[in-house]
Amino acid sequence: MSTSAALADAARAAARAEGRETFVLNLGPQHPATHGVLRLKLTMDGEYIARAEPVCGYIHRMHEKMGENRTWAQFLPNTSRIDYLSAMHYTHAYVAAVERAAQLEVPRRAEFVRVITSELNRISSHLVWFGAFLLDLGGFTPLLYAFDDREKILDLLERITGARLTYCYYRFGGLYNDVDAEFLRGARDFVRYLRPRLDMYRELVTENIIFRKRLEGIGVADAELCRRYGATGPVLRGAGVAYDVRRAEPYAVYPELDFKIPTHPRGDSLARYLVRMEEMEQSLRIIEQALDLIPEGPFRSKVPKVLKLPPGDTCFAVEAARGRFMVRIVSDGRDIPYRVKLRTPSFSNLSLFEEASRGMLLADALAFLGSLDLVIPDIDR
Amino acid sequence: MKTPLRELWTGFRSLLTGMRVTLTQFFKPPVTVPYPYATLPIPERYRGHIELVRDPETGMSLCVACKSCEKACPSGCIVVEGIKREGDKKKSPTVFTVDFTRCSLCGSCVEVCPTEALRFSRRYNLAGTDREAYFLDLLKRLQAQAASTPTPATKA
Repeated sequence: MSTSAALADAARAAARAEGRETFVLNLGPQHPATHGVLRLKLTMDGEYIARAEPVCGYIHRMHEKMGENRTWAQFLPNTSRIDYLSAMHYTHAYVAAVERAAQLEVPRRAEFVRVITSELNRISSHLVWFGAFLLDLGGFTPLLYAFDDREKILDLLERITGARLTYCYYRFGGLYNDVDAEFLRGARDFVRYLRPRLDMYRELVTENIIFRKRLEGIGVADAELCRRYGATGPVLRGAGVAYDVRRAEPYAVYPELDFKIPTHPRGDSLARYLVRMEEMEQSLRIIEQALDLIPEGPFRSKVPKVLKLPPGDTCFAVEAARGRFMVRIVSDGRDIPYRVKLRTPSFSNLSLFEEASRGMLLADALAFLGSLDLVIPDIDR
Repeated sequence: MKTPLRELWTGFRSLLTGMRVTLTQFFKPPVTVPYPYATLPIPERYRGHIELVRDPETGMSLCVACKSCEKACPSGCIVVEGIKREGDKKKSPTVFTVDFTRCSLCGSCVEVCPTEALRFSRRYNLAGTDREAYFLDLLKRLQAQAASTPTPATKA
């Protein structure tokens, strides 16, 4: 036996004698309570977590490296597969970064359609999170209601994009194809449809006493912690910081639209839940205004067939459903990117889990993990 | 004493509200479709795998074997070969295959096609038991379609 192993044995024996022995619990990568293939190595002290170590990389697909061996346009399908729940936002960031670097004009109609589809996508993403989160907490019914509502969004987007999840709808300088009057009417009907449904969710879930007792004061991630780990999106807004890329670094036509940034000061799981529920309402407001303002006109500007970007370094950030998503593209003047760097929100949001979950009950930690709204392909990318 | 009692009351009320919501849902028509006995309509712009478009006059493919789609494809799953036949003004394809196992349905090929010879099929029942079923020969598919729905030219 080696010296280190003997020392570890001795330490364990001492811990046992003092009654503070720990054990390692492996959660995932296929545990039904974790979303996707996230693995958590939990060092447990009885029912309490002494240390939670996230193990990432199970579905790493080399998206960044793939960007370096294909043309600018050929990377487009990848962008909707990094975070498959908010595909529109990710495509938006990449497309807008290339547009910024190449100084391409985007027609106004396209910008409005981008805002409408992005916000629809945000709602559908939050609805999936809502259903899955409630499932984590042991409530099955809301999932079915949420998926029923989400189906309406998917039908709408499928009508114009041709796909239900990996839309790949934006193009450099505009859109893949134009929206029709029926889509605009459908979007308006959907806004009218979802408002009473959100009221129903409030009655059914938000005001439910079991639900509130499960979340109040659980998994507190305050503003300071969020800042240190770079957490953004609803996690940061749930800690009382009104940071939203749509306001902090305005893009598309967001400056023309009137919406609030919902915040809750407490930083617990319930605060993050409430922020997302209010965000859905704000998204409905944005969609409504955009539908009123959308002009007629072209949906795509003229773009050279072989796109070559001038040498340089360009960044573009958007507010995705899970937080700040940023694309950094480096061009060396060829038709192929030199570097595509993706800054994904789920990665930062997961990072704070290790520190914040110390000393929590295992069941509470799962509620906390659910409230972070992680998409694992987004972490591993 | 007062707070636990109030909590008991609000808790009880919230449970009743939940029951009311689920009960009203009970009397609503089902939102699901009993697939495979019924199917939903496939939208016009549905992005299935690609297929060749026939020239309505000649019944032949509109493809000129320019290989734009082959170059645009991010996953390199399209193979096109073409020759210039005697008496024709343009090239015509002799090989047009798609490796559907690698296709990501992005639609770049349809977008770059200069003659609009490609379109998305509306096929969505794509389950299969062997890999070979996904190596699609689009020229064969076109001929099969021509046999089932003749155009004026092929009828004559």
